Amino acid sequence: MRSELRAWLVSPAAFVALCIAVSLLAVFQFSFRAFVPGSLDVGGLTLENFSGMGKSIYVDAFSNTLRLSVETTVFSLLAAYPLAYALVRVRNRALKSFILVVSITPLFLGEIVRTYSWIAVLGSNGFINGALRGLGLIDAPLALMFTHLGVLVALVHVTIPVVVLMLSTAISHIDRDYEKAAQSLGAGPVRTFLTVTLPLSLPGILASVTTAFAWTFSAFATPQMIGGGRVPTVSTLVYQLGFSSMNFPLAASLSVMGLALTAAALFALGRFTRRLKSLGGH
Amino acid sequence: MGHRAVKIRSSVPLPLRIAGPLLVAVLLAFVLLPVAVVTIAAFNERAILSFPPTAYSLKWFERVFSYPDFREGFRASMVITGWSSFLALVIGTCLSIAVKRLEFGGKRTLLAILHSPLVVPHFTLGLGLLILVSQASVQRGYGVVILCHVMLVLPFVLRSVYVSMENLDERLEQAAASLGASPAKVLFTVTIPLLAPGLFGGWLFAAIMSFSEFTASLFVTTQDTQTLPVAMYNYVREFADPTLAALSVVYIAVTATVLAFANYFLGLGRILNIEDRR
Repeated sequence: MRSELRAWLVSPAAFVALCIAVSLLAVFQFSFRAFVPGSLDVGGLTLENFSGMGKSIYVDAFSNTLRLSVETTVFSLLAAYPLAYALVRVRNRALKSFILVVSITPLFLGEIVRTYSWIAVLGSNGFINGALRGLGLIDAPLALMFTHLGVLVALVHVTIPVVVLMLSTAISHIDRDYEKAAQSLGAGPVRTFLTVTLPLSLPGILASVTTAFAWTFSAFATPQMIGGGRVPTVSTLVYQLGFSSMNFPLAASLSVMGLALTAAALFALGRFTRRLKSLGGH
Repeated sequence: MGHRAVKIRSSVPLPLRIAGPLLVAVLLAFVLLPVAVVTIAAFNERAILSFPPTAYSLKWFERVFSYPDFREGFRASMVITGWSSFLALVIGTCLSIAVKRLEFGGKRTLLAILHSPLVVPHFTLGLGLLILVSQASVQRGYGVVILCHVMLVLPFVLRSVYVSMENLDERLEQAAASLGASPAKVLFTVTIPLLAPGLFGGWLFAAIMSFSEFTASLFVTTQDTQTLPVAMYNYVREFADPTLAALSVVYIAVTATVLAFANYFLGLGRILNIEDRR
């Protein structure tokens, strides 16, 4: 009875896991196959897809993606921490609900709505240029669309909600007695925050870094629509290779390189986390 | 207790008491800026995005509801979201119960693979599924898209259900079992009703995530199965008018209303596990 119940409970999930594993294996397998132009079938085994990765178009895509991921992670953490802190610590229930709904609603709007909204802000006839022109500060519109800065701002906006969620989980689990102890021993509010609250929220900060990095690395709609081809990333290149050139093998090998890079970054972050924890003496 | 809290609060110097809330207000304004701008843009009479609007009109909203690709995309999205959120909820609940209560081999591997879509890029999973489907010569119908969405939203369901299982009082189940209920009867009459708020929260998250998913859907959908976000993306590539701004406003209004209701009736803070522990 018990083993039968177990089979019923576990096998649907095992099927989904199998599909995920087989999909990833398919990408891995295709990355070592030769491209047959004009056909969806692939040729024999080859390393050619990887040996061409030194070309500047691929190097650019990877360096852009890495740079955007690191910058987005840093800026979204800086912006999300005060929001998360306010969300957890504000006492007024209505204000708390307001902060919660405002800061997490964008998470549920999806990439397209959020990215399109940024086009309305950044475009040459958009909000920022319209406002600056109206104030007489500029004559010609500022180039914000199709730039690294434009993509970065939109990516930070996309990443803030999930970081707010993760940080507020961590901040809400901090035992307030530690802060009260620090204050009763004479530490001011700034010192209490820097030496007690901030270090105790470190698990949330590290979890956010992981998520923000991985999400930005996989972002597609934002660099595609706001970058408009002038800020190439791994994701936009994979899409272009897959759908314009139908070169699935090369798209697959770029994906594999991307996965390897993400794994390496997360591994390095994991080691850094462990060292930080051992320094803390826990 | 109350007296002490007041005393600590008053020890915060005045500049900090002003700078803190000001910073939070600026950040909230940044989060709201694109939402506000796109709302104004939606009512602009001119056929291109431009600021500030000189005349106002509702015609872009009319176009949202009459453009055939949006209607069909909405219908396809409802089918895909309905099935994938339901399946993810059932699969995720069953697995959470098994993980919490039973021992079985490969538990850690299974969970690691199921959580991998949180870090594996959606374009990689989409590409993998597309390759699989084309190799197996399967028709790219709703089944593939639904499977894809189940993979992507399952981690969120697992988290939500697992958190509410942690808060479950196992003695209630033991009481039912000691009164002669079979394990299946305990599951359906005690465990699942107690988990209901967490299950609803998990389902809601899965549904919203699935409805707005774009990147993987772009890879695995066809003209017949294209979801609303994919139809929206194709629209921007063809037209520059503010129709998409109007659709964004509808999207934002519906999502914010659903979240506000969920917050009022269920307490999002509890579902998301961010209540301050005091």
